[in-house]
Amino acid sequence: MGRTLAEKVWEQHVVRRAEGEPDLLYIDLHLIHEVTSPQAFDGLRLAGRKVRRPDLTIATEDHNVPTVLGPISDPVSKTQVETLRKNAAEFGVRLHPMGDAGQGVVHIIGPQFGLTQPGMTIVCGDSHTSTHGAFGGIAFGIGTSEVEHVLATQTLPAYRPKTMAVEVNGELPAGVTAKDLILAIIAKIGTGGGQGHIIEYRGEAVRKLSMEGRMTVCNMSIEAGARAGMIAPDETTFAYLKGRPHAPEGEAWDQAVAYWKSLRTDDDAVFDQVVEIDATTLTPYVTWGTNPGQGLPLGETVPSPESFADPVARAAAERALEYMGLSAGTPLREIEVDTVFVGSCTNGRIEDLRSAAEILKGRQVKTRTLIVPGSMMVKLQAEQEGLHEVFKAAGAEWREAGCSMCLGMNPDTLQPGERSASTSNRNFEGRQGKGGRTHLVSPQVAAATAVTGRLTAPADL
Amino acid sequence: MEAFTTHTGTAVPLRRSNVDTDQIIPAVWLKQVSRTGFEKGLFAAWREDPTFVLNDPAYEGGSILVSGPDFGTGSSREHAVWALQQYGFRAVIAARFGDIFRNNSTKMGLLPVVLPGDKVEALQAAVEADPKLEITVDLGERQVRWADEVVAFEIDDYTRWRLMEGLDDIGLTLRHAEDIATYENGRQPWLPTTV
Repeated sequence: MGRTLAEKVWEQHVVRRAEGEPDLLYIDLHLIHEVTSPQAFDGLRLAGRKVRRPDLTIATEDHNVPTVLGPISDPVSKTQVETLRKNAAEFGVRLHPMGDAGQGVVHIIGPQFGLTQPGMTIVCGDSHTSTHGAFGGIAFGIGTSEVEHVLATQTLPAYRPKTMAVEVNGELPAGVTAKDLILAIIAKIGTGGGQGHIIEYRGEAVRKLSMEGRMTVCNMSIEAGARAGMIAPDETTFAYLKGRPHAPEGEAWDQAVAYWKSLRTDDDAVFDQVVEIDATTLTPYVTWGTNPGQGLPLGETVPSPESFADPVARAAAERALEYMGLSAGTPLREIEVDTVFVGSCTNGRIEDLRSAAEILKGRQVKTRTLIVPGSMMVKLQAEQEGLHEVFKAAGAEWREAGCSMCLGMNPDTLQPGERSASTSNRNFEGRQGKGGRTHLVSPQVAAATAVTGRLTAPADL
Repeated sequence: MEAFTTHTGTAVPLRRSNVDTDQIIPAVWLKQVSRTGFEKGLFAAWREDPTFVLNDPAYEGGSILVSGPDFGTGSSREHAVWALQQYGFRAVIAARFGDIFRNNSTKMGLLPVVLPGDKVEALQAAVEADPKLEITVDLGERQVRWADEVVAFEIDDYTRWRLMEGLDDIGLTLRHAEDIATYENGRQPWLPTTV
C-alpha cells in the first residue's frame, strides 16, 4: 500500500523505533522566540547541558515587541527579551533582535530566509508552527519542556499522528481567499475535528494557492485541533524557494528538487479520515463567536443558540454571544467595529499587504486601522512597492514588524468592550486584550471593513 | 517531573467547552521568565466573576478539574500546565483535550484523563450534588473511581510508565545519543543550517 505525504516525511526522520515506545524523531529546524524559551534555557543550565545543534536553531523577538519605534517600555517584557538575548549569546544561537533587518514573526522569517523547505521537520514553542507545513514538511508547536528537549537532543519522542485529507474540490470564486477557505474548513470540522491528526490539504483550489495562501491555510490547522497541516510541494513551492538565502544552490538544488518531487501522497495511500469541501460555493467568511469554529459566511446572520442541536455547542454559542455583545438574527454585515488589524503569522506577508492596499487605495478608513508587516523584510518590500504610502494616505497606521494585536502581549491591544476585525487566528475571549471582541477575517475583508466601519466584503464597496 | 501513581481528592466541575489555554493563563502572564507564580494567573479573567466555580468556597481545595470537552485548545503555552499544577490540580478530566496541552501535561506530571462525555457529565453532576465527594484517579489501574462508579480510561503504556516513575524525557533520550549521532551523519546534504 502507498504512503501519505505525512508518513513519508515522518519515516525519513525516525532516529529510533522500539516496540511500545514513541518514535524518536529528528528535528531539522528549531525556531525560538522570547516567550516560551527562557525556562527551557534555565533547564539546560541547571543540568549542565548545551544546545546540541545551534546550527539548526534560530531565534527572533516577536511576541513582546512594540510596533512603534523605540525601546520596550514594559519592564517585564523588556526582561523577557533581554533574557533571550543573553541565552542566545551564551548558547551560540543566531538571533534576530528588534531593529535587525531579519527580525520578524517567527513563522514569517523561517520561510523568507529559505530555512523552511519541503520534507523537513520543524518545531517551535508556538502552536502556529503548523504554518511551515505549507512547504510539505511536518511542522508543529511544542511546549517549553519539549523546547528544552529539542535544544538538548535535536530530537523529540512522539507517536505518529493519524492522517486526515482535506480535499478542496473546484476553484475558489473570485474574491474568496485562503483565509476564507480555512475559516470554512474549521467551521465544518470544528475546533476538535483535527485532534490527533496531521491534515494534508489537497485538491484543485489548494494547488492554485500561492505560497502565502498555503501558509495562511496551514497556519490555522491548530485552530481545527490538528497537530500539523501540510501541502505537497510543487512548482509553486520550488519557485518560492529558489534563490532564498538558505535554499540549496547548483547541484544541491537539483538533488533537492528531485527528492522534493517524491514528496506526495501515493495514489493508493489511505488516510484515516477524509473531509471534502466544495470550493466553488465559498464566500468571504467571518467568525461571530469566541472560538475559530464559530464562523459563517459574511452574508449570514448571527446564529441563534437554539439552532445548535448539540447541548454543548448550544451552551458555547450562548456564552459566546453574551461575551461578544451580539444578538441572534443580526446580519453580520451590520456589526460595527472599532479597530481593524492586518498582520500576524496568519496574514502578515507581502501578498496580504498588497491585497489590503488594493482595497484601501484612494479610500479613507473610518476606524483605527493597524497595518503590521510580519517581518522587517516584508516591511522593506512593502515600502519599495509604495504600499505604505497607500496605507498612510487612507489614514491607516503603518507599523514595525511584530505579533502586534494578535495576542495581547505587547502595547497593541483592544480595550474592554472594543471590537475588531482582525486577520489573526484566534477570537478567544480576551485574546487581543482583556474584554476585547474579535472577528476573524481575511485581509481583504479587513480592509473593506476599515472603509465602512462595519464588517464588509470588498465586493460591497 | 513529579511522579503520578494514584491520587484521591475532591473535584471542581468546570461546565465549559473549548477551554483554550488563553483562558487558563492569559498572555499577559506569559512574560515571566521563571517557572513559578503562575497560580495567580490561572483563569485570571474568569476569576474576576464572583460566580465562577473557582470562587465557590464549596470547591476549595479541589485537586481534580472536571471540564467540558476540548480542554486546553489553542496556544502551546506550557504555562497553562504550570498554572493548574501550582494552583493545586493534579489531574484534569475531560472528553477531549487539545493535543499540545495533553502532551505538555504528561511532561510535567499533570494527568490528563479522557473519559466519555456522558461519564464526565455524570461526574460533574455528582460533584455538584456533593462537593466533598472523594474521587480517585488511579493511573496504575487506569481507572477513575467515585461513589459506586468505576470508569476505565486509556493511556499508552509508555506514557503511563514515565508518569508513574516521574522520569525526565531528556535523560531517557540521551541514552540513545549514539543513534542520534548515526542519524545525523546520514542526513540529506542539502538540508539548511542557520549559520
